[in-house]
Amino acid sequence: MEKVTLTIDNINVEVPKSYTILQAAKHAGIDIPTLCFLKDVNEVGACRVCLVEIEGARALQASCVHPVSEGMVIKTNSKKVREARKSNVELILSNHNRECLTCDRNRNCELQSISEELGIREIPFEGEKIETIIDDKSFSIVRDPSKCILCGRCVNTCKNVQKIGILDFVNRGFDTQVAPAFEKSMADAPCIYCGQCIVACPVAALREKDDVEKVWDMIDNPDIHVVVQTAPAVRAGLGECFGLPIGTRVTGKMVSALKRLGFDKVYDTNFAADLTIMEEGHELLGRIQNGGKLPMITSCSPGWIRYCEFNYPEFIENLSTCKSPHQMMGAIIKTYYAEKHNVDPKKIFVVSIMPCTSKKTESSRSEMNVNGLRDVDAVLTTRELGKMIKQARINFLELEDDKFDEDLLGDYTGAGVIFGATGGVMEAALRTVAEVLEGKSIENVDYKEIRGIADIKEASLTLGGKEVRIAIAHGTASAAKLLDMVKSGEREYHFIEIMGCSGGCVTGGGQPHVSAKILMDVDVRVERAKALYEEDAILELRKSHENPQIKKLYDDFLGKPNSHKAHELLHTHYAAKEQFPKEKNECSCGCDC
Amino acid sequence: MAKNTFTAENFTKLDQVIQKYADKKGALIPVLNDAQKIFGCLPMEIQKKISEGLNIALAEIYGVVTFYSQFSLEPKGEYTIGVCLGTACYVKGAQKIIDRIKKEISIGVGETSPNGKFTLEATRCIGACGLAPVLTVNEDVYGRLVEGDVPGILEKY
Repeated sequence: MEKVTLTIDNINVEVPKSYTILQAAKHAGIDIPTLCFLKDVNEVGACRVCLVEIEGARALQASCVHPVSEGMVIKTNSKKVREARKSNVELILSNHNRECLTCDRNRNCELQSISEELGIREIPFEGEKIETIIDDKSFSIVRDPSKCILCGRCVNTCKNVQKIGILDFVNRGFDTQVAPAFEKSMADAPCIYCGQCIVACPVAALREKDDVEKVWDMIDNPDIHVVVQTAPAVRAGLGECFGLPIGTRVTGKMVSALKRLGFDKVYDTNFAADLTIMEEGHELLGRIQNGGKLPMITSCSPGWIRYCEFNYPEFIENLSTCKSPHQMMGAIIKTYYAEKHNVDPKKIFVVSIMPCTSKKTESSRSEMNVNGLRDVDAVLTTRELGKMIKQARINFLELEDDKFDEDLLGDYTGAGVIFGATGGVMEAALRTVAEVLEGKSIENVDYKEIRGIADIKEASLTLGGKEVRIAIAHGTASAAKLLDMVKSGEREYHFIEIMGCSGGCVTGGGQPHVSAKILMDVDVRVERAKALYEEDAILELRKSHENPQIKKLYDDFLGKPNSHKAHELLHTHYAAKEQFPKEKNECSCGCDC
Repeated sequence: MAKNTFTAENFTKLDQVIQKYADKKGALIPVLNDAQKIFGCLPMEIQKKISEGLNIALAEIYGVVTFYSQFSLEPKGEYTIGVCLGTACYVKGAQKIIDRIKKEISIGVGETSPNGKFTLEATRCIGACGLAPVLTVNEDVYGRLVEGDVPGILEKY
């Protein structure tokens, strides 16, 4: 690799020729502030916060996009640079809704941090402010343009990472906003609510729909039996809300905190992940043995389901009919659990703590009910749980580890835990399907070839003398690539796992914010996944079908996998959705639209 | 009312335009230009067709349409009158010209006459400063105007 030598703040640096000044400075241990920059996603030099002085250059240059060259002499901390950065942030702040004290991102905002770091004490520009409307019509995502700084991180995440393109810059000049087409609500756009735009947003212009108060109200109501369940990926992220390093596994502390918050029962969605494997695994076996629709595609990720419904309706029959694990859990709590514990299901309120914003919309789908009751009554993201713990003034870091409630739905296996990482559902399914097809117990359950963060992972296994071809995609861009190959006949598979977010649930849209600065060095997908594989490895039971309470659930209640009762409670259906459907009298153009 | 441009024939024309540019880089602006000419405006149904045809997200197309003033979401009149309000034209009395047009056809800037005949627009410099003050009616250019020229020009259409 060709290298160049340059001087930054009187330090000589040798770096590859392909580096930007920002990268070179980082290499030399020099910290240049950034705001719109998001590694590999948004490298556009829009905010002018990373300006540096280059000797001989006409003007200050944006270091995030300016390439290095031989002999360059750069100053990152001259008076000129400091003043320019300050002015630029002051200009951004002049049209920003500065309600920091009551803002969702208070003390967790990249704009707030940069203002503090640059020493901004007043906004000298008294100007017009753009008038905006908060879009909170969807169940998942709130868009508040009064906070938006037009950095483009969400736009490029949606357009280039997910390759969906719900959000873009609309209008021009001072009137510019980031919005869906025709400035529609996110609820009326073919948004899958993956929430990756929220994760990318440096401020609170995009955030989840807050359901914390709803949950507090139910906890405070003595007539209501509030059962909470936590998805596997939450334990890999929650610690970050309290300053723990990325990828710290906090299962025990999380359970302690949930009990202190006042939930009547604390369960792990992993139980239902095991149940999903039983249902989905047998569905797959059924499809293979009876000539059903193949490849079968997993249905745990509601973002992926919405993506399929909007963009690949031809694959709807390929989707497993299984509800996602937390929905199954809800359905079982309101039937089996209610029956066994003699609780009126109408008085049970099920809360799911999820790493996901799309689950909020999923739980409100009309299909997701049992005997007219919602499977799940409220979904909180990992971030919202973090907020509840802070509101309750629980010292999270000091908590002793506690255990999930153990009755009826308390057991879980390692197979359930790894659902939270890309490839995990597939691996969990193989651990069970392989034993069924081989007809014997299999010792090695680590399918390492399907772990990791490659865009598309493929494998071919021989199980019970049969070849089973599998593939895994995560993030909708990779999903589209994989589905196009299946559609064209280029590839044939029996079983495909698709997750809506790159990395799987560990990097879902409901997980704690990680600043752009940290993202320059850390692949969060890898770090958080480690926590899950670590938990899987220490568990005694690692195959879903060995979960004793799952066995009991079938013996006492469901019969066998894919039974009539199981279908009634645990399976659902999906339907094609039209993108931007016509609304009557919406258009004044005189056409038929 | 403006005449209906949303005919099967025009949709066929749009399909041909899309096919001509499909898979080409930088296709969006030429397609939008042609579509604007065919339909006189770019409402959602037209943008949706272009989105599907070129495989570009609707939000991106809408972003481009709302960025450039040459594109319009709503139908324009049969004739678009553009009065240049660039510096030279303005100094030479363009405001009087625009006020006279408003009076003659009873519409404001950015509006379309109820019979669908005229749309009035105030434009930035169109680069014909030598002819200031200047106005355009569709592709026709009228320069060195005085207020009294306005009724005569409008009568031609």
